[in-house]
Amino acid sequence: MSLASASLDHASRRDGALNGDALNADARREARGMLALLSPGLFLVFAVIIVPIGWLFWLSLFDESGQLSAANYARFFEQASYIKTFVTTFKVAFTVTGACILLGYPLAYMLSQLPRRAASICLIFVVLPFWTSVLVRTYAWLVILQRKGLVNTWLMDLGVISQPLPLANNFAGVVIGMTHIMLPFLVLPLYASMKTIDVDCLRAGMNLGASPAATFRQIFFPLSLPGLASGVVIVFVLCLGFFVTPALMGGGKVIMWAMRMEQTTSLYSNWGAGAALGVVLLGVTLALLGLFHWLLGARATGVWSRR
Amino acid sequence: MLLSLAQSALPIGISGIEKRFGAVSILSDLSLDVAAGEFLTLLGPSGSGKTTLLMILAGFVRANAGSIKVGGEEIITMPPHKRNIGMVFQNYALFPHMNVFHNIAFPLKQRHVSAAETAERVERALDLVQLKGLGERRVDQLSGGQRQRVALARAIVFEPRIVLMDEPLSALDKSLREHMQIELRNLHRRLGMTTVYVTHDQREAITMSDRIAVMNAGRIEQIDQPEVLYARPQTKFVAGFIGESSFVPVESRNGSVWYEDRKLRMTTTAPSAGRHLMVVRPEKLRLVADADEAGGVNLLPATVGDVIYQGDSFVCYATLRDGRQVTLRDYCRSDVLAKLPAPGEPITLGIDAQDVVLVADQ
Repeated sequence: MSLASASLDHASRRDGALNGDALNADARREARGMLALLSPGLFLVFAVIIVPIGWLFWLSLFDESGQLSAANYARFFEQASYIKTFVTTFKVAFTVTGACILLGYPLAYMLSQLPRRAASICLIFVVLPFWTSVLVRTYAWLVILQRKGLVNTWLMDLGVISQPLPLANNFAGVVIGMTHIMLPFLVLPLYASMKTIDVDCLRAGMNLGASPAATFRQIFFPLSLPGLASGVVIVFVLCLGFFVTPALMGGGKVIMWAMRMEQTTSLYSNWGAGAALGVVLLGVTLALLGLFHWLLGARATGVWSRR
Repeated sequence: MLLSLAQSALPIGISGIEKRFGAVSILSDLSLDVAAGEFLTLLGPSGSGKTTLLMILAGFVRANAGSIKVGGEEIITMPPHKRNIGMVFQNYALFPHMNVFHNIAFPLKQRHVSAAETAERVERALDLVQLKGLGERRVDQLSGGQRQRVALARAIVFEPRIVLMDEPLSALDKSLREHMQIELRNLHRRLGMTTVYVTHDQREAITMSDRIAVMNAGRIEQIDQPEVLYARPQTKFVAGFIGESSFVPVESRNGSVWYEDRKLRMTTTAPSAGRHLMVVRPEKLRLVADADEAGGVNLLPATVGDVIYQGDSFVCYATLRDGRQVTLRDYCRSDVLAKLPAPGEPITLGIDAQDVVLVADQ
C-alpha cells in the first residue's frame, strides 16, 4: 500500500485506497452511462436480427400440417431439385467471384498506381453503378445481351459470328449480370489495401535485385492478399443470397437458393420449407466466413512466410 | 569470416545532375565524386535535394540530365534492380510478410544463390549486425533498433558495390541513435564499402563521415572533411548549418580587415574589398581582461545580456556595441566561474587570430 493510504487510513474503509469507494462508484456510473448509450443499438440488433432469425429457425422445425418434424431439412437430401439448386448457387457464386477477381484485381492495381487525383476520378466510375437500381442495371444487360441485343447485332454486322451467341436467359447471362453488380464490392476493399502497401517496400524489392515482375510476384501480390480475401468474402457471400439478377437474367433456367426460397414461400406458401432454406444458407455462409477467418489467421501467424 | 566488400568497393562519379519537377528545379548541375570505400554524407535541410539525389543514385527517380559512373561504368539509365546498390530506407521497408531470415535472403534469392550458401551468408550477416538467432522472428516482433539492423544486413548481404542510406537512424530514440552511429561507423571501417549517407542531423554527419557534402537548394555548398567544414566554412549557410554561429559584420579595405575601428588580426589573407561576415563560434570566444590585448587576440567590447548555467558549461549571451548578439560558451572551470560577469555588466570578448573565419555577406 502506498504512503498516502497508510497515513490517511480513515479516508477509506474497504480496500484501503485514498478515495477508493468514490472512484469505484464513479467507474460504475460511467459503465452504466455507456450501457445506456448502447441500449438503443442493442435493442435494434435484438429486434431486427436476433428475433427474426430465431423465429425463422423456429418456423423451419414445423411441417405443413403444423407438426414438429425434421421433414424440412430431410428434403435437402431427398429431393434432387434442392441439391441441384444448391450446386447451381455455388457454381454461380464461384464463377462470379472468379470473374470479379480476374477483372477487379488488375483494375484495383491500376487505380492504386495512379496519381491520387486520377485515381479518385476513376473510383467514381467504379462506384457509379451503385447509384443506379439493380433492377435497372439488370434490364439494361438484358437489352445488351439478348438474341437481338446490341452485342449480337454488332458482332453479326461485323461478321464475327453468324448465329447469335446465347448470352442472356442462361448461366452466362446470370454470371455477366452479377459480375457487373459485384465488381465494386471486390475492387473497393482491394484498392484500399493496395493503397496501404509501402512504396518503399517495392523500391526495396527492386533495389535488392528483383525485376519489376518479380517484385510484383514476391512482394506486392502477397501483401495485397488480405484485401483480396476480404473482397472475395464479401462478393461470395453476397452471391450466395442474390435474387434479382439471376431471376431476370437466368430466364427461369438458373434457379438459385434465394429464388427457391421465394418460390417455396410465395408459390407454395410453405413457410417451414422456406425457413429451412434460409437457415441452411445462413449456416453455410457463417461456415465460409469462419473458414476465411481461419485462413487469414493462419497467415498472421506466419504460415505464408515459409515456402 | 566477414563479408568481403573491401575489394569490390568502387568509386562513384556524379556529374551534371539536373532534376526538375515541373517548373521547380530540385537539383541543378550537381557534380560530386565519391572515392572507393569512402563514407560520404549528404547533409542539408529538408528540401535541399539530398534525398532526391539518393533516389537518382538508386534509380528510383529519373534525372533530367547528368551522368553517374560507378567504377567508370555509366549507370544513369540502368534499371534499379540491375544496379547492384544496397539501400537502407528511412522506414526500413522490411517485407512484412517475410520473417527476418527471408528478408535478408531476398537479394540472394534474386541472384539464384544456392540454399546452403544463402543460409550461411544470412547467418554471417545476422552475426555482423548482432542479431544472431533471430532469423525466425517476424518483422513485427522486432524493436526499432532490431529492424534497423535487419535492414542493414539485407542491404549488405549481397555484397553490393555501393551502399546508400536514407536517414536510417531518424526513427530511433536519441541514445540508440548515438549507439548505432558508432556501430555503423565501425561496420563501414570493417567492410570498407563505398557509402553515401543522407541526414539532416549535423552532429550525426560529423560523427560518422569521412567527408560531408553540405547541400542547400539543390546545390552543394561545400564538400570537405568534418573538421575542415567546421573550422573553415566557406559560406554563411555552411557556417550557420554546421554548429552554432553568430555573424559579425566586418569590412575589408587596403589589404586588411576592420571591425569598426579595430584592425583584425588573422592568419589568412584578407578577402576582396567590401563587406564580409566574421563567423563567431560560441566556444571560440572567451572572456578577457582589458589589459591582456597582447598576443594575436582580437577584442570585441560587449554588454552581458544573460548568463545561463547548464551544469558542465555555461552560455553567455552578449550584445556588441552595434547591437548584434553573440554567444559565448565555456566549461565551468573554477577560474572561469571566478570571473563570470553579471547581466548588464560591460565585458571584453576575445577571439584568437587563427579562429577568425570570414564568409561573404549574402
